[in-house]
Amino acid sequence: MSGRKPYAITLDVGSSLANHTGSWRDERAVYVDRMPPCNDACPAGENVQAWLYEAEEGGEGYERAWRKLVEENPFPATMGRVCYHPCEGACNRGQLDEAVGIHAVERFLGDEAIRRGWALERAAEPSGKRVLVVGAGPSGLSAAYHLTRLGHQVKIHEAGPLAGGMMRFGIPRYRLPRQVLEAEVQRILDLGVELVLDRKVENVAAEMREGGFDAAFLAVGAHIGRRAYVPAGEADRIVDAVSLLEGLEEGERPLLGRRVAIYGGGNTAMDVARTARRLGARDAVVVYRRTRDRMPAHDFEVEEAEEEGVMMRWLSTIKHFEDGRLLLERMELDEDGFPQPTGETDSLEADSLVLALGQEADLSLLEGVEGIEVEDGVVKVGSDMMTGHPGVFAGGDMVPAERTVTVGVGHGKLAARNIDGWLRGDPYEHLPRPELAGFETLNTWYYADAPREHQPQLEAARRTSGFEEVVGGLAPDNALFEARRCLSCGNCFSCDNCYGVCPDNAVIKLGAPGERYEIDYDYCKGCGICVEECPCGAIEMVPEEV
Amino acid sequence: MSERVDNEAVERSREQAAIHHQRVRFYQVGSHVVGNRLLDPEQRTVQARTDRSNAITSGHRACRGCGEALGARYVLDAAMRASDGKLIAANATGCLEVFSTPFPESSWQLPWIHSVFGNAPAVASGIAAAQRAKGREEVRVIGQGGDGGTVDIGFGCLSGMFERGDDVLYVCYDNEAYMNTGVQRSGATPPAARTANTKPIGTHPGNEFGQGKDMPRIAMAHRIPYVATATVSDPHDLERKVEAAMGIRGARYLHVFVPCPLGWGSASHDTIKLARLVKETGLFPVFEAVDGEVTAVSKIRRRVPVEEYLKLQRRYAHLFGENGHLEIVARLQAIADRNIDEYGLLEVDVAPNRPNSPETRQGEGS
Repeated sequence: MSGRKPYAITLDVGSSLANHTGSWRDERAVYVDRMPPCNDACPAGENVQAWLYEAEEGGEGYERAWRKLVEENPFPATMGRVCYHPCEGACNRGQLDEAVGIHAVERFLGDEAIRRGWALERAAEPSGKRVLVVGAGPSGLSAAYHLTRLGHQVKIHEAGPLAGGMMRFGIPRYRLPRQVLEAEVQRILDLGVELVLDRKVENVAAEMREGGFDAAFLAVGAHIGRRAYVPAGEADRIVDAVSLLEGLEEGERPLLGRRVAIYGGGNTAMDVARTARRLGARDAVVVYRRTRDRMPAHDFEVEEAEEEGVMMRWLSTIKHFEDGRLLLERMELDEDGFPQPTGETDSLEADSLVLALGQEADLSLLEGVEGIEVEDGVVKVGSDMMTGHPGVFAGGDMVPAERTVTVGVGHGKLAARNIDGWLRGDPYEHLPRPELAGFETLNTWYYADAPREHQPQLEAARRTSGFEEVVGGLAPDNALFEARRCLSCGNCFSCDNCYGVCPDNAVIKLGAPGERYEIDYDYCKGCGICVEECPCGAIEMVPEEV
Repeated sequence: MSERVDNEAVERSREQAAIHHQRVRFYQVGSHVVGNRLLDPEQRTVQARTDRSNAITSGHRACRGCGEALGARYVLDAAMRASDGKLIAANATGCLEVFSTPFPESSWQLPWIHSVFGNAPAVASGIAAAQRAKGREEVRVIGQGGDGGTVDIGFGCLSGMFERGDDVLYVCYDNEAYMNTGVQRSGATPPAARTANTKPIGTHPGNEFGQGKDMPRIAMAHRIPYVATATVSDPHDLERKVEAAMGIRGARYLHVFVPCPLGWGSASHDTIKLARLVKETGLFPVFEAVDGEVTAVSKIRRRVPVEEYLKLQRRYAHLFGENGHLEIVARLQAIADRNIDEYGLLEVDVAPNRPNSPETRQGEGS
């Protein structure tokens, strides 16, 4: 506006947009992605928050969620059933009401994938390299899957008659129906992974040489039941837990009798006790030398076992087994929590005794292989999962780590990435881990109270009469509800709060799906309201450089 | 000649809010946020929309974290949407006017006129009369001001506007003192608060108890068709009330609680938190009244003692610490408790809306 102005007016009219209030700022708001505690805790490195984000949309979001999930772990349906879900222990929602039932949603997605026949994605480009995988358990199959997706040709040699490893021989079918496992294994084989069954590798170096493999991943597991010396009469039957479960899987019908004692306090002891009940045992009694709170078995396993009528003898060791009678010695815990004998004895009638005292790995395939170091019955590996022998990697139960399916799957993935880097001469580097999205970074006001959805359970009477699956899946509505309980810790879920609460219109909403927001630093005064009111802690204040 | 319109508009808006709330509960993450990608655009707030008016745009000179700037945008954007952009605002002297229009700049994205301190309601009444005279009744009018311009200086004009039933929505942005001139006490300043002229000294430090005006109740006493209170912590509720008010003709009053970091001595990032806490303590009842009767209240969701609200503000610092006055805190708590009783602010526990329970599903399966 120029020329004549009204009376007493000397300046052109202007918009306040000319006034860049950003110059007032001494701190600036910056968007961040923090590490959600669930992802942080997942031994398989799943990006739980990211796949829940997709699942929250329901419908086509389920397939996107599943695809996001299988980028890290090809066994959602299996994992949703057998994983001990450390993610839920870490879940921030646990401090609000109850942790998100991550495993239940994971299982729902996995079952949905099987039902709809979703296929895994193939590799972009073949690398021309060949990798030998020894063992078709969780770790070996996971490695085979990831290696194949990275373009390598994979051949698995499995000593047993069936694939699955401990998922099949260690986990009873009432926890993991075999058609679920088989569907997920088949999906990996469909990518072009070659599986040779009943093929025990005697010497890995020779096998690699003869087969022309460029690298090997060993995941033979730990299948030899640890023995304890229990003096026993000739007619008294002692079996080890792993052989029992393996035999059952191969169609045997073990004769355990009416009264079965199980020696040990781990998850395998619970599995065997519950299996014994299903095989017709009237009494299944777990004998353990310490107390329940010191038991390595998970709480839910113990609870489900007790619901099925399994009995427990705490603070007891077995001295001998004679004429259908076990002599037990009472123990007491010393100051350090170690059981000490008291000299008092007790007895327990039993038709058979099952030893569930842990397992050891059969490492005979490594004999004479240069550079391999074995300590405490397991193979030493570096942080890249490589053994002391170049090109030979190992993972799962045969290396020092917690022995769970999920840890095995995680080892397989990590090894695959390192094998890929090693084969390409470009060592794999782990991305730096972002800062943890702790509970204190959240503004939980914005989340409605929403109690957890519970999975249906088979009633006890039907549990002990067969091997039907005990825990049911969530119905679609309930799975969606459960997915939407996720707080999306540390990662923007497009709630528009920052856009809405800025007193200076200094947040730009980008609008398109998947796009987030930007701070307009011309006008951001640095008040920090957006940071305070972000429900999920995805914005932080950073001092301005003066 | 106050127009006693039927209150279907209020009823309808409340029903819609109830349905909305029910649906949103299933969208846990979106229940209390501004928008959410999982909701239909129609269920999100106006503030979530990229096409909101931004009635008071960037570059204004309000302090960092200003609650009033935020409140004015929430109210006017919703009113602009409800009136299809045909809206005129008359603004009393005060912070809102000063920080938005330092000559020759303006932040306003609607026709806006600055009145003097005491006559914004009268100016708004005049604009409404002019529109009617010109047969342009689709053009709606808002009068607005701070608590000083409303409960003290503009009080007479506002009461007249109510009495005549002029077709104006008057909005008071209440930050509980005269901030623009240096934080002096107003008729809306709460007891015990420190201001420039209610010093924290003597046996009754800060503002006196028993003084001040409850403006929403005074408005209700005029039996105007619509009175509501709201805060900047709940844009869903605030926007619904603006929309309800815009659906009615006649004199209407909206009282919006807007924290002031400068005058209250609070952190600039705590503005919305304070607005949330004042409601959750019961110190500021959030309600709606039709024809002079309270018809709906916003329930307290997570009740907190008044200390949680007071301690974030230096204007109450003299109540705490070594030479504190916990007996005064107790009197403030008594005010909150009385509000809770009087307005029925506590929720009777309601089971959350969830899909069929596991029990029924198991029954189906077996």
